[in-house]
This record gives sequence, structure tokens and C-alpha cells, in this order.
Amino acid sequence: MKNGTQRKSSSGGKGKSARETTKKVEMAEGVAVEEWRDGVPSVDPLNEAGELVCTSETTLTNEQMLELYRYLQMTRLVEERLVNLYRQTKVVGGVFRSLGQEATAVGTAYALAPQDFIAPLIRDLGAVLVKGIRPREIFAQYMAKAWGPSEGRDLNIHFGNLEKGFIGPISHLGDMIPVMTGIALGARMQKRDVVTVAYIGDGGMSTGAFHEGLNFAAVQRLPVIIIAEYNWYAYSTPTSKQTAVRHLAEKAAGYGIPGHIVDGNDVVACYEVTKRAVEWARGGGGACIIEAKTYRRKGHAEHDDQRYLPEGELARWERRDPVERYERHLLSGGFATREQLEAILSDVRREIEEDSAWAESSPMPDPEKAAYGVFDNSIVPPAFRPKVLER
Amino acid sequence: MSTATRKEQKSSRPERGGVATFVEAIRQGLWEEMERDPSVFIIGEDVGVYGGAFKVTDGLLAEFGEERVIDTPISEAAIVGAACGAALMGMRPVAEFQFIDFISPAFDMLTNYAAKCRYRWGAGLPTVFRGPCGAGVHAGPFHSVNAEAFFLNTAGLKIVEPSTAYDAKGLIKAAISDPDPVLYFEHKKLYRLPRLREALPEDDYIVPIGKARTAREGRDLSIVTFGAQVLNALDAAEELEKEGLDVEVIDLRTIAPMDKEAVLASVKKTNRVLILHEAARTGGVGGEIAATIAEEAFEWLDAPVVRVAAIDTPVPYSPPLEEYHLPQLKDVLEAARKLAAY
Repeated sequence: MKNGTQRKSSSGGKGKSARETTKKVEMAEGVAVEEWRDGVPSVDPLNEAGELVCTSETTLTNEQMLELYRYLQMTRLVEERLVNLYRQTKVVGGVFRSLGQEATAVGTAYALAPQDFIAPLIRDLGAVLVKGIRPREIFAQYMAKAWGPSEGRDLNIHFGNLEKGFIGPISHLGDMIPVMTGIALGARMQKRDVVTVAYIGDGGMSTGAFHEGLNFAAVQRLPVIIIAEYNWYAYSTPTSKQTAVRHLAEKAAGYGIPGHIVDGNDVVACYEVTKRAVEWARGGGGACIIEAKTYRRKGHAEHDDQRYLPEGELARWERRDPVERYERHLLSGGFATREQLEAILSDVRREIEEDSAWAESSPMPDPEKAAYGVFDNSIVPPAFRPKVLER
Repeated sequence: MSTATRKEQKSSRPERGGVATFVEAIRQGLWEEMERDPSVFIIGEDVGVYGGAFKVTDGLLAEFGEERVIDTPISEAAIVGAACGAALMGMRPVAEFQFIDFISPAFDMLTNYAAKCRYRWGAGLPTVFRGPCGAGVHAGPFHSVNAEAFFLNTAGLKIVEPSTAYDAKGLIKAAISDPDPVLYFEHKKLYRLPRLREALPEDDYIVPIGKARTAREGRDLSIVTFGAQVLNALDAAEELEKEGLDVEVIDLRTIAPMDKEAVLASVKKTNRVLILHEAARTGGVGGEIAATIAEEAFEWLDAPVVRVAAIDTPVPYSPPLEEYHLPQLKDVLEAARKLAAY
């Protein structure tokens, strides 16, 4: 990917080695795998002051760039509010953060058309928000409230909204790949113009369902885009214990589909690469993998003390924080003023305040509601607890 | 494995009604539903050109094209997951497992995704998952299983298993029209059994899911069963009639949600009940039926509830071993005589 003001920021040289010619991943952008070291590109986009910013080559309008900022901040602040609610014991289950990964979810989802479908994972709250799900739904869901989209039956982002093109995940990683393949298959039969995006991580890609789903999508040339988030850990297990490949995008070769690598902490780059993939998929190109190099800065969930992290790793990634980076990008690139960003931020804060209050005001579900909805209850009655020893 | 006993209708639209075998009845049902509703489609392994391992989908590719008769990789999880995804889009997939033994690679997708979707967020999945089940054809441990009990404990899956050609057609049509996931099990011994050939109605019909049928009326004892074992039960009833025993046979047709009322009504009528199924005894469907009877019709019983089922082993290959494994006519007769004499 070309960048206007790019400079070398690390020692990774670009000299052609013998290894490069023998071990090069097929990628539309022609990015050789040697250009990535420890999840960081050898060349980072920097501003005039030498600070890390985002890629300057973009088709985004100024208005869109501000909207991206809004979604990044909303993702981070919704999660921060969830942590507060968790500490107040108002969240019934766990809280799963995407801190440090927000740009991947927001940037990729922002490249989709309204009719397209996503299946995010737990660290893709940003994609859910971009698809039009309101913070209030997320808060009510986490607090197991009656007004939540699953009315207290399931957790966090485990729900869906067919009108908005959001198919919630289940806990079993990989299962959404076959489902999203089916969404694309059904849409093709209905002659609907639909691209599907399934999010997965370095851990989830080890599952059988991932393989089966992607292989089938590739065989059928279905427009299924895999966003493969290399975030270094699956719970506590490092990627080196999940897979022998150095880059998740290399796996694309096994399916006969293209793979791309993008800096997952660069929201503009995430948007641009996904936009091209969506156009390609929409035009009949079929499935592909986009690997987003990012880093999970919090543990698996709030309870996880991250004792498995090597010294200094977290600090290194804090310096690549995607939200601060984008803010710098907007300001130093002249895309926004600080006042504009402040206005967006206060608007997001107000919305979170209102939505959080709304969700807190929701009642808990009526216990008997547990019996409803296993089947269509106009055909099969609710599964009430049967009366025993009554004649 | 399957020996066609006569020339089957191939690659052309089956006549509505007419005399049909069990397999032809299923195919008629699929064909009619695909004609009626363009959202119905077939997905599975070798279902297209080959027409399925047992030729259930034979002719559908030529008639409906490869967009609606989809050959897949050997990927049962992908088949089920893709069926679920398509159903979310408003399609009505009918997915085939080549043998029901191969439903286990899709267990996760069925029990965690398909079964829970409506409950979790109100998205019903009108999906049918069908395939040949059952033993008795010397196919060994991996081509003989009866899988109904694997799924009975999972809320959100309907399970049907027909025993007649009429029911096979009526139930596949009902399953396709159903707004929720239906597992449709076909005992492979029944596919071309001459005994099951029958004239089907010309008019459109369905057999409602959740309704048992009385396969034979009787006063002295009830055999509650389903699938191929219905034939075993009917043979036993005929034999026992010669001994003066009047046996009622209840064919469940649907295993989940079960027609408890039909079972309890029969228990209250005969006061003696034998449960017969082909799957292994421990943890089988029979235990659930027996428990229901014990809870809800205890005072009506004149004898303990008796189960006749396969022994608790995998299905062995060699004929004498398989015969020992499976419930035989003599096992049913012996149990019924003891029950009647209790």
C-alpha cells in the first residue's frame, strides 16, 4: 500500500532476499510477508512531526472521516461504560474488551453497503455499531434486561438484526463462517446483491467449522470476506501455539483465494482494503481473507490478569493505539479541528449517558418468559415446567 | 446395500399420487415442495448428478438446476451452517446427510446454532436435515446409527421418523413447511421395501408433525415404537394374535415434540406397555417414554413398562453379531408374552 508521507520506522529492510522469492503470499497489494515484523509493517505512515498516523491514500470524504472517528470513540466509550457497569455488578456476565483493536472492526465494517451482512466476534463491537445497532441495545443485553434484543436470553453481542445486516455470533468460534457462507448462498439464489463479512481471530481459525465454511465459500465463489484478526492471543494462548504460519493471510492459499495483510490499527487502511475486497467480491471474485495485524490490549475478559504477557509488549502496543493515532491523523493532516473532534466526543458521551440510563431503567425479564420461543409457539406451546403428581 | 426391486421413476417428474415406494414417496414430497416454493432447495454430498447415495434426490438436478440442488464438499458442518444462513435469508433448505452417522460432525452446528437461533433472538430457521438412518443391512459401526436420542435432549430441534410411504411424503412436506429446524430420519431398510409400496393420494397432503398414529388397534397391550421397528411390532402383533393377545401398535412418527397424549391414551386403554426402538437401550428414547408413563399414568399400569432395544454396543458388522445387537421379532414376542402374563 502506498503512502504519501511514509517513512521507514523500523529496521525492516526491503532488500530482495532469496526467501522472499520462494515464500511470498499472494496478495492483491503485492505486500511481501517480509515487510511485517512482530505485527508491524516495516514502513509506517508518519506525519511531518514523525508521529504515527494513518495511511494518507484514501477515498474517504472529510465527512466520512469524522464519522469513522465517531464510531471509534463510541466503541471505546461504550466498552468503558460496560466496565463501569460491570464493576457496579450490573453486568451479569463477563465484559470483553476490544481495546486496541477498534480500528479493525470499525474500518472494515464501514466499507460495507447497507444491504451487506456481518458476523462479528466479541471483539468487534465497533462493527456492530457501524451496522446501526444502538449502544442502548448493547447495554441492555449485557445487563440481561428485558428490553435487550434477546430479552435476557443471551449475552453481549449474541443477537442479530436481519434488517441491519447484523448476524450475532455464538460462542463456538468458527461456526459463523458456514452461516455467513449460507447468507451469501441464499442471497445469490434470491438474486440479491449481498456481500458477507465474517470476523475471526487467530484462535478461531484453528476450528474445523472455519475450514469447512471457507472452503465451501471458496468452491462456490461466494462473496464471503474473512476479516482475520491477528491479535496475538486466544484467551492466554499465543498465536504461535495456534498455527505454524507466520501470517494468517497465508492460509488463503489453501483455499485458492487471495489473502491481504493490513495494519489493523490503521482505521483508514482497514477501510480501504475492505472496500477493495467488497468491490471485488461484489463483482463475482468470490471469497478472500483480509488479515488485520492488531493487538488485544486487555485480557480475554475483565477477570483475566494477563499474567502471560511478556515484559514490555503491552507498552509497545499502547504506542500504536488506534484511536489516538487516528486523532493525530485527523488533526495533523488538517482533516478536522480539535473543536470538531470535541463536539463529536461530547455527542457520543451524551448518547452513551442516555442509552445507559435507558438500559438501566429496563426491568429484568419476567421469569416465565424463559419457557417461550424454543419453537414457533403458535404451533408448539411454550415449555412451561410441568405440574407433577396432579391428576 | 440398497437393491432396487423394480425400475424406479428416474429423472422425470414423479406422478402425483400413484403407487410409490418409501423412497419414491420422499422424492415426490421434495419434488412437489420445490415446485410449489422456489425458496426450497437441496444441499448435500452427491445429491446432484448422482442423486444421493440412496437416490432420494434423483432427478431433481435435471429438473431444478444446480442452483437449487447443490453438491457440497465433504463438510457436514458447512452444510448445516450454510443451510442455517440461507434460512435466515428466507430460503427453505433441505440438507441431506449421506448417512445419519455423518450428522455427528455437524452436531455443534445443529445443537448450538440451528436449535438455539429462535430462542436467542427470535430468528426461526425453517430448515430440514434429513438422511438415512438405521441398522440391519450389515453396514457396520459407521453406516448404521439411529441418532434420535443424540438430539432429544436439545430444545429447538424437531425429530421425525416415518414408517410408511404415506407418512414419508406427508412428513417431508410438513417438515419443509415448518418454521423451525426438523431432523427427518429415514430408515434405509424401508426405502425399497416392497411391503411399504402403497397408493398415495393424488391430492396435496401433509402429515402433521407432533402427531402419532395408531398403526394397529388392540386391547391387551401397547407397543410404542417408530421407524422400521413399527414393522417388527406389527409382525409381533400378528403372531401374538394367534395366541389370543390383542396388541395395539403406536407409531410415534414424531419423536420431538412427542405426542404424549397418544401414548398415554393407549396406556390407559391397554394398561400394559412395551417400548420398542432400534437404538441402544441406555439413554434411548424409550427411557423418556417410560418416565412419562410412570409420572402421568402410573395408576393405569398393570405391569412394569418394558423396553426392547438394541444392546449397548456399537452396531457390529458381521450378520450374526448385528442380529444379536438388534431387537429381533423373538425379543419382542418374548417380552410381550411376559408382560401379558404379569
